[in-house]
Formats: sequence, structure tokens, C-alpha cells
Amino acid sequence: METAMPSAMLILVGCQLLGELLRTTFHLPVPGPVIGMFLLTLALGVRAKRVGQAITPAPLKPVAEGLIANMGLLFVPAGVGIIAEAGVIRKEWLPIIVAVAGSTILSLIVTALVMHWTLPRTPANPAEREGSMS
Amino acid sequence: MNAALHHLWTPLSATPLLWMVVTLGAYVIGRQVQKACGGSPFASPVLIAILIVAATLLGTDTSYDTYFAGAQFIHFLLGPVTVALAVPLAENFALVRRHLSSIGLALLAGSLTSVLSGVGLVWLLGGSRSVALSMAPKAVTTPIAMAVSGQIGGVPALTASLAILGGILAAIIGRHMLVRFQIADWRAHGLAAGVAGSGIAAAQVAALDEVGAAFAALGIGLNALLTAVLVPLLATLWR
Repeated sequence: METAMPSAMLILVGCQLLGELLRTTFHLPVPGPVIGMFLLTLALGVRAKRVGQAITPAPLKPVAEGLIANMGLLFVPAGVGIIAEAGVIRKEWLPIIVAVAGSTILSLIVTALVMHWTLPRTPANPAEREGSMS
Repeated sequence: MNAALHHLWTPLSATPLLWMVVTLGAYVIGRQVQKACGGSPFASPVLIAILIVAATLLGTDTSYDTYFAGAQFIHFLLGPVTVALAVPLAENFALVRRHLSSIGLALLAGSLTSVLSGVGLVWLLGGSRSVALSMAPKAVTTPIAMAVSGQIGGVPALTASLAILGGILAAIIGRHMLVRFQIADWRAHGLAAGVAGSGIAAAQVAALDEVGAAFAALGIGLNALLTAVLVPLLATLWR
């Protein structure tokens, strides 16, 4: 982990920088990190085909998994920003609360239902997994 | 005693260090609470941490700007973690490619539902136009939600708050609700979390299943592309 950290962070921040560069050069409407994510996915796929081994290089995997596992923490600073918006939220609390809850719930259900109806039932979803979901 | 505290507090409250410690501490407490609740998604560590930090700021009369000057170092990592979502995505790429048409359909349906029902509900309940427009892009990843919101006449900072609220809600109820709809498939859960709840809901799914993480990453990424194109277009129709 100690030796993996710098090279893994270099890959991640490097892809983000590349994404930002592409965004500003071509005036893309998508944020740099999202472009960086697609770039890295592409690079990992090409590399796996070429090298013919594990898709994720050894140094990247633990760092990426560690970051993703604690992604919630990274939203806390932005989330605290709600206190700066308290004025508007208090003034129009009913439409805001109903619309946030309603649209989020509807979107969750619609997305999952369309996936569910159109996906073939494959063993990618073994029955024993359902036990861990309830 | 009070004067001594004041002497300690004044220089400390201006350093980034204090607010990083408060943010990390609040999140660690949130995790402990969730653990004590048997890992229940209702005890959302993000929500608990936000409440603790917000109460601390209000209690100490600290402005959000002062807080963010310190917490921005944690906030900055949102970029690299978004890039890191490429790892589960690449590892499950074969699975993703096999279901590309399902993913496209579900994405389009879910994204449209989120935008139209969000705007529609605000409008129905007599909310203002700027709140309705701020609501439109709120399901998508925060930086793009804010950019689109500003572009169409919403309030970016309000959109960011709405995005976080929606994400927390999706993370808390997503699993329970979809199981109630007899959907136990991680591919559907992951994509739905990514499309409807973005990063916060994705984090909840990613902690539980790698296939779910891959589909959540895809949901965030593709919904970012779609929303950036679709919402400004829809907004020109609603005048």
C-alpha cells in the first residue's frame, strides 16, 4: 500500500487533469473527472487486451477501492453547504421536499424496473445473493 | 476560563486543520453509529456527519466559507474518486457491454423521470421557477448539476444542496424499496443508484457489491452526459 499510493494517485489525478484539458479544449459539457473516468476505463481495457492479465494494475486497485469505499466522507463538505441555503429551503420547503423525495424515488424505481424488465435472467445474480440484500 | 478558551479557539478556527478534524471526526462517528445499528442504511454516515458538522458550525457561529476553506482538501478528493470508479467499471466491462441496450433504455427512462417529475412537482406545489429549474438537474453528479443549473437559470448552490439531499435519500431507501418491488439484481440496483442518487447512493451500493459498483459508475457517467445535453434542451422548450 505504501509504495502503491503515489503511483495510484498519479494515475487518478493524471486522468482527471487529462479530462479537464479535453473539457476546456473541446468545450465539452461534461466535468473533467467524468471524462477522466471514461479515459481510465478505456486505458484499462486496452491494457488488459494487450498484456492479457489482470484488468487493474496492482498499485491502482487497493487505492481505488479504498477511495470508493469511503466516498461518502468526500460529500460531507459540500453537504454542509445546505446551511447556506437554509433561507430558500425554509421559504419553499414543501415543494422542495416533495419534489426531491418524489423525483428521487420515481427515478430509482423507473430505472431499476426498466433494467429488470429488459435484462435477461442470467446467473450473474445468483439466488444466494438475495439473502444479503434484505 | 472563557477568555482562555477564546484565546485557543480564535487562531484554531481559522486553520484548515480544525475543520478537517471536525469533518473526519463527524464521519467516523457516523460510521460507528451505522455499525451500532447493524449496518442499517437508515443510519447514513453522510447524513449524520453533515448534521454534526452543521450543528458545530451553527453552535460556534462559524461561516460556511470559513469551514469550507479547511474542508476543501477533503472535497477535492471527489475528483480522483470519480476517476477511480473506472476500476469497477473496467473490471465488469464485459458484463456492461452485454447489456448495453438495457442500460441505455433504463438510463433514458430514469433520467427523464427524474427531471420531469422534479420540475413538475415543484410547479404543482406552487414553487418558484428558479427552484423548479434548480431541481431539474439535481440527480446528476454535483459539479455537472451545478453547471447545468446555472446555464438554465437555476441557482447552482441550491442545486448542490438538492443533489446531496436526493443522494442521501436514495442511499437510505434505495435497497429497501427495490427489494419491495421484487428487484434483487445488483445490476439494476447499481444503475438506479447511479442515475437517481449519483455519488452518495453509489457509495452505498459500492460498499456492498462490485457489480453494483460498476453499474453505479456507469449510471453516474452516462447520466452526466445525457443530462448535460438533455436538460438545457428541455429548458428551452419551457418558457
